[in-house]
Amino acid sequence: MTSPLEVSLLEVSIDELKHLVSERALSGETVLLNMGPQHPSTHGVLRLLLELDGEIVINCIPDIGFLHTGIEKTMESKRYEQAEVMTDRLDYLNTVGNNFVYCLAVEKLAGLDVPPRAQAIRVILAELQRISSHLVWLGTHALDLAAMSTFLYCFREREQILDVLEMCSGQRMMTTYFRPGGLWRDVPADFEITVRRFLRTFPKRVDEYEALLTNNPIFLDRTKNIGVISGPDALAWGVTGPSLRGSGPDYDVRKVYPYSGYEQYNFVVPTATGGDVFSRYIVRIEEMRQSTSIVQQALDKLPPGPVRSSNRKYVPPPRAEIGVSMEALIHHFKLWTEGFSLPKGSVYLPVESPRGELGVYLESNGGPKAQRAHYRTPSFAHLQALPLLSKGRLVADLVGIVGSLDIVLGDADR
Amino acid sequence: MDWFLILEWVIKAVILLLFLTAGFAYVTLFERKVLARIQVRIGPNRAGPQGVLQPIADAVKLIFKEELSPKDADKVIFMLAPVITVIPALVITAAVPWGRSINLFGREIALGITDLNVAALYILAVTSISVYGITLAGWASNNKYAMMGGLRASAQMISYELGLGLAFVPPILLAGSMSLVDHVETQAAMGIIRWWLYQPLGPIIFLIACIAEVNRAPFDMPEAEQELASGYHVEYSGMKFALFFMAEYIKMICVSMIGATVFFGGYLGPFVDQFPILGPVYLFIKVVGILFWMVWVRATSPRIRYDRLMAFGWKIMLPAALFNLTFTAVLVLLTGA
Repeated sequence: MTSPLEVSLLEVSIDELKHLVSERALSGETVLLNMGPQHPSTHGVLRLLLELDGEIVINCIPDIGFLHTGIEKTMESKRYEQAEVMTDRLDYLNTVGNNFVYCLAVEKLAGLDVPPRAQAIRVILAELQRISSHLVWLGTHALDLAAMSTFLYCFREREQILDVLEMCSGQRMMTTYFRPGGLWRDVPADFEITVRRFLRTFPKRVDEYEALLTNNPIFLDRTKNIGVISGPDALAWGVTGPSLRGSGPDYDVRKVYPYSGYEQYNFVVPTATGGDVFSRYIVRIEEMRQSTSIVQQALDKLPPGPVRSSNRKYVPPPRAEIGVSMEALIHHFKLWTEGFSLPKGSVYLPVESPRGELGVYLESNGGPKAQRAHYRTPSFAHLQALPLLSKGRLVADLVGIVGSLDIVLGDADR
Repeated sequence: MDWFLILEWVIKAVILLLFLTAGFAYVTLFERKVLARIQVRIGPNRAGPQGVLQPIADAVKLIFKEELSPKDADKVIFMLAPVITVIPALVITAAVPWGRSINLFGREIALGITDLNVAALYILAVTSISVYGITLAGWASNNKYAMMGGLRASAQMISYELGLGLAFVPPILLAGSMSLVDHVETQAAMGIIRWWLYQPLGPIIFLIACIAEVNRAPFDMPEAEQELASGYHVEYSGMKFALFFMAEYIKMICVSMIGATVFFGGYLGPFVDQFPILGPVYLFIKVVGILFWMVWVRATSPRIRYDRLMAFGWKIMLPAALFNLTFTAVLVLLTGA
């Protein structure tokens, strides 16, 4: 039992928040409300300190760090191939994408080539992951607005995608399936059938979600002209991904800086002009359709061949080779005992994650461990824009706005 | 004094109370099952066959939960609020008839507790009391979320009760009485289609208002789990929470009974003239139908924003209800019904 004195020491006094809230909060005219970190619709452990006038949000102060796990720092003490396992845990809805960008960065520093088959499979899985992440977003966003059934429908489809990930990597979420230089192993034989089965049913399911929400007057009422951000504002605040494209600009890393063969696929970058919650919703719904089409194209022209680079300095030799080749045995031993070293230098490489521009910065001092590993995460940038979006709105709208930004706290806090 | 009459009342009251409390338990199961079906799930199926014992398991859990009350809560009001909410819910249906009278042990027994001559007024008055419970719960909890929930509840009540109250007036005009028995008998005489034609918007307004009355989705602003983290009952636990829960589900049954009686023919149905005992069965079926509709709405509809509900209540429901009332009044005057 803490004494009253101790409690008052633990509590933050209003003086410490003076610079963040308006004058009226000091006189008690407005109410300070602590929303989160334990709250049903802050999507994890986000804390929002709200200054309310009735139910109108005067000030919204996001407070992050409750899910800080020190992943970036830990990555510096792990060898490159070990550090990749940490990246799965960043944005837990986009685990494949986190591995993807990390592998691309390592490959760029090492100058590794990735076989075309591995590139295509990477694209397929990354796009499936994008769909699954958007499904979680759609489900939770609809749930925030109390349309509870959509949530369960979305998770039904997400399950199929997680099954695909499981059959490839043995893991549903923390896959670590992409490795520097390619993939851990080739996809299983029934991979194509399973993915095609999903592709057949999925477009109809997206139509069903739209039937439930897109023309629903209550949903429109809750989303149109709410949380509006203009295109230039969004760019200035570092908003990327669907949240940016909902405001007009069509910046998409897959088109602007294509990677892993995205230039071969035919897809459009959906945009909307409203800049409100509804525009962001429409963009993401359309993105699910586009991703389906990308997966379809990649699957149709999936080339045969190896899925790992043959550069044995970075990529372990196949199991069969170890038994017959002395050199392979040595490479295997070296890779599993001391890892590979990257040449001195630094690299920043972005990919388009479901949430926006996900970039990784790696700095190598020539050793087997990164000097500095840093992730540029979209959720972190999007949270900056939250006060701007929510000012003057109702608490009920705030919930929708937070949902429409599609934040993942693991992504923001790292 | 007829002692048998008192005994009859007591028995009927006990039957109604038991029906409502047991009904409450099974409405929760019904809702969970229906929601599960709509959402491609299975729903509770562990406790007993098809989960029929689930409500009992829930009740046992809630009874044995620790009762917490916040440090600076207003203890007395905090205790009283759930009671204030649940008692009106239990007594509302006293004025609702279950059927015509039957002959039992040589006595003429009316199905229904009482044929109150001011039933419509009684129902409106009693349902309005329970909002005090919600508002006081929000106030007494000493919690900002609960407080906002309580305030929303009172704002909401002012908005929809006008429409609800006015939806009751055309049936009164048509039946020439406030008694629900007269309402049903007028429906029997007029035919249900004519009953609706005389008040085209009445049933719709009533159905919308009754969802708001029981604070259910899409009008569950006082709870608003996603915004207010369950609103007015956020600080309640154990049996006190169960009472709020009970009030909500019993009120669901009550408004369904009232709606079925006033707008959907109550205990009327085929062969009810020959076998009056079928009356309660028909009423039950209609109540289940309305309950199913409420669950269905909850499963599909997002929550409306509370300022929008107020605008809706004042700008759409009230004019619509007034139009409906005028329409009925003019028609009654012209046809002399």
